[in-house]
Amino acid sequence: MNITLTLFGQLIVFTILILFVKRYLWEPVLDNMEARKARIADGLAASEKGAADAVAAEEEAAKLISRAKSEAAEIVSQGKTRETQIVEEAKQKASAEAEQIKVAADAELLQEINRAKDGLRTQVSELAIAGAEKILGKEIDASTHKDVLDDLVSKI
Amino acid sequence: MSETNAPAIADQGSYINHHLHNATYNVSTGKFNVDPGSILDFNILFLDTLFVTIVLSFIIGLFAWRVGKNLSADTPSGAQNFLETIVEFVNQQVTDIFPKADRLVGPLALTIFTIVFLMNLMDIIPVDLLPGLVSGIASTFFGADPHHIYFKAVPTTNLDTTFALALLVFGLIIFYNIKHKGLVGYIKMFLFHPFGKFAMPVNILMTAIEEVAKPVSLGLRLFGNMFAGELLFLLIALLGFGWAVPGEILLGFLWSVFHLLVIPLQAFIFMLLTIVYLSLASQGTDEH
Repeated sequence: MNITLTLFGQLIVFTILILFVKRYLWEPVLDNMEARKARIADGLAASEKGAADAVAAEEEAAKLISRAKSEAAEIVSQGKTRETQIVEEAKQKASAEAEQIKVAADAELLQEINRAKDGLRTQVSELAIAGAEKILGKEIDASTHKDVLDDLVSKI
Repeated sequence: MSETNAPAIADQGSYINHHLHNATYNVSTGKFNVDPGSILDFNILFLDTLFVTIVLSFIIGLFAWRVGKNLSADTPSGAQNFLETIVEFVNQQVTDIFPKADRLVGPLALTIFTIVFLMNLMDIIPVDLLPGLVSGIASTFFGADPHHIYFKAVPTTNLDTTFALALLVFGLIIFYNIKHKGLVGYIKMFLFHPFGKFAMPVNILMTAIEEVAKPVSLGLRLFGNMFAGELLFLLIALLGFGWAVPGEILLGFLWSVFHLLVIPLQAFIFMLLTIVYLSLASQGTDEH
């Protein structure tokens, strides 16, 4: 139980040990733990961001899908209206054409009738002249009785 | 009991005496096994104390260096995990008690904790094992008389060790005081604390006692605990030479268990008080 020179020896040993531990253990270990803490925090932040991104992407995807759906529905309905429109147009066109054809046919028919009538008229006047010649026994000049004949023809 | 040790324990008094003797070396006369002449004798070196301390420091240093060199943030080894636990524990204590601590306090506290713990742990090694080993080696290989080979294995049962640590802390207390209060502030603390400026002489005396009591209590507490523990192990070991072998085993076991609590506790107290004292020293003058 004495204080001796050992005191100074121990002082030197402890001082060296403390400095050694500080330099080679404390600082590196603390730095290492700090670095790890930072990395873990970074990783957590990144994963959180990734999760948020995924949610946002999902929302975006859902939005896109619903928009696509509505667009598709619109296109379909447009197609449908177009279809009925086309059918309607075709119908109208067809009926118009039919009408036209009918009109043309009517006109032709009328023409035919008129032509027949005309033919008939010339034949009637010829027949009338021939009948009258037979009755009178002499030739009748058609041009001198033109008025009578025309009157007759118009009565047909 | 080794045979080489047997003559040294002819009677109980000399057994204890033998165990409480250090291996000494007188620097001025060059003689071994010289008892210190007075309570302060700076010619004497306690070789065993110094040797064990250096070996333990070397172990700590080697461990620290090997782990510190191979640190990995992602795949820590077992040793790294172990050391990280200790470092984190000490760092927690430091930041709790001493938030403004600079980067010296942590390693200081860690080193004090580990080295005191290891030095105390020497106490768990059976009291006759290391001395017997050393005297056996000395008498076998160097022809020394085993009666005069002393080896006191526990450095903390030596006042030099505990006071070396305490003085280190004391020096740092003064350093931190001056660093944070300034030299004038530190002197003012002696002059005006605790009774104000009208009781200046009393203040100087009180503060001086207060300051000196810190290292003295630090050193003596550790020394007293470990010395008493060691002495009790010796007394228990003495029982075994007679009829009381079972009692020796039982008592030795019980005291070892109890001492296993004392060993880390004393190391922890020394570390904690070091942080507390340094924290106190770093407070500004206005807080007094």
